[in-house]
Amino acid sequence: MLPVLRVSGLNKSFVMHAQGGLALRVLEDVALSVAPGECLALVGPSGAGKSTLLRSLYGNYRPQTGSIRIRHREAWVELANAEPRTTLDVRRHTLGFVSQFLRVIPRVATVDVVAEPMLRLGATPEQARDRAQFLLSLLGIPERLWQLPPATFSGGEQQRVNIARSLIADYPVLLLDEPTASLDVANRDGVIDLIRQRREAGAAIVGIFHDTAVRDALATRLHNVALPGAQA
Amino acid sequence: MSDTPLLSVRALTKRFGGRVACHDVSFDLWPGEVLGIVGESGSGKTTLLNCLAGRLEPDAGSVSYETASMGTVDVHRLSEARRRLLARTEWGFVNQDARDGLRMGVSAGANIGERLMAIGARHYGEIRGSASEWLGRVEIDLDRLDDRPTTFSGGMRQRLQIARNLVSNPRLVFMDEPTGGLDVSVQARILDLLRGLVDRFHLSAVLVTHDLGVARLLTHRLMVMQGGAVIEQGLTDQVLDDPQHAYTQMLVASILPV
Repeated sequence: MLPVLRVSGLNKSFVMHAQGGLALRVLEDVALSVAPGECLALVGPSGAGKSTLLRSLYGNYRPQTGSIRIRHREAWVELANAEPRTTLDVRRHTLGFVSQFLRVIPRVATVDVVAEPMLRLGATPEQARDRAQFLLSLLGIPERLWQLPPATFSGGEQQRVNIARSLIADYPVLLLDEPTASLDVANRDGVIDLIRQRREAGAAIVGIFHDTAVRDALATRLHNVALPGAQA
Repeated sequence: MSDTPLLSVRALTKRFGGRVACHDVSFDLWPGEVLGIVGESGSGKTTLLNCLAGRLEPDAGSVSYETASMGTVDVHRLSEARRRLLARTEWGFVNQDARDGLRMGVSAGANIGERLMAIGARHYGEIRGSASEWLGRVEIDLDRLDDRPTTFSGGMRQRLQIARNLVSNPRLVFMDEPTGGLDVSVQARILDLLRGLVDRFHLSAVLVTHDLGVARLLTHRLMVMQGGAVIEQGLTDQVLDDPQHAYTQMLVASILPV
């Protein structure tokens, strides 16, 4: 299969003005590519820049130089320093991001939090709600919680709500930042199954998996990440 | 994706006497986008908003707006009558203080109905029907339809102002600190309401706020202003999670965690 995500020459530093312009080089000349059906696991010690790389791929962090090209609407689109509306369109249709943390929206019911990305893609409210309820039950969120806003849920419940929200639209490219951190074994296995199904259906995945059991279950390839100057 | 921006701003500058309130601002707003303008008090946010909406005459630069029916117009070259027509048909303006955006001497229903009559609605029953529908949407009890906004709480007045602005189906809404000065619980309700309405009616909006949490929740893109100039812009999550400019880094670092 041909890659759907190609990264080359990616450089990212953080300049901290409050620290007198201290520059932290985190990514140096990063290159990778991912094809449909592949799951690339980013590996490296804590602080090596795995999350920075993942966030740069999502367009959340702005790299100084380099290229991040993604197949979007049957064409290659450059995401590095793209116009906001380009990045938004890619995120809406092609590129999903699963993080550990749910950004809670005041007053919105859990089922609607989950259904929202699918609604934005043009699904009917009924379709989106049905799919949201299916994912919530698959991830073990009790039905009595569906109509409540997730603000008061436990950390693990919020995390699973977030996973349901991030996976409800069938994105061809998925970025996963520790999707199973702090989940118990039963819930972890449910999340693994869901992601594996996506991979087998042809999603191209890049992920950070702290838990080696999860990594072994999902990854098809490893990619080493090290700070510039550190021994790989 | 649309190829024509809804609003196109070029080299906009506004001075008050010798003081520059807003300097050389340029940007495009695309259909369906919500743009946030953030920065501290006195940075020129509201002046910029008022120039965009045709309420203030800039000293230099232009604001082009792609109308629904009469092509592209230069907002500051329109006759006063045309500009007023645009303001009550295709635009909305939500003021920070609802008293500036409502007519306090007439009923809630009349406040909403007036916008409809301004665009030609004449059937009393239909106007009253729309007014009731919108009161429901902004979660005001229907039995308050005939009460004056002077008897409403601050949060209710703000929701009424939003209803008055959106009843005529505007394409572009300008908002100046729409949740400023309200209790946090009331603020959450209004944010949730605005978020839902923006999504549902595919509104484009320019939102001025000094509250980065509000910006995070409601906007797609941010422009950060300091001393009248735009010093940084980008996707909202880029600007808040990876701020580049010293001033933006300071702003983001100043948010109190809850």
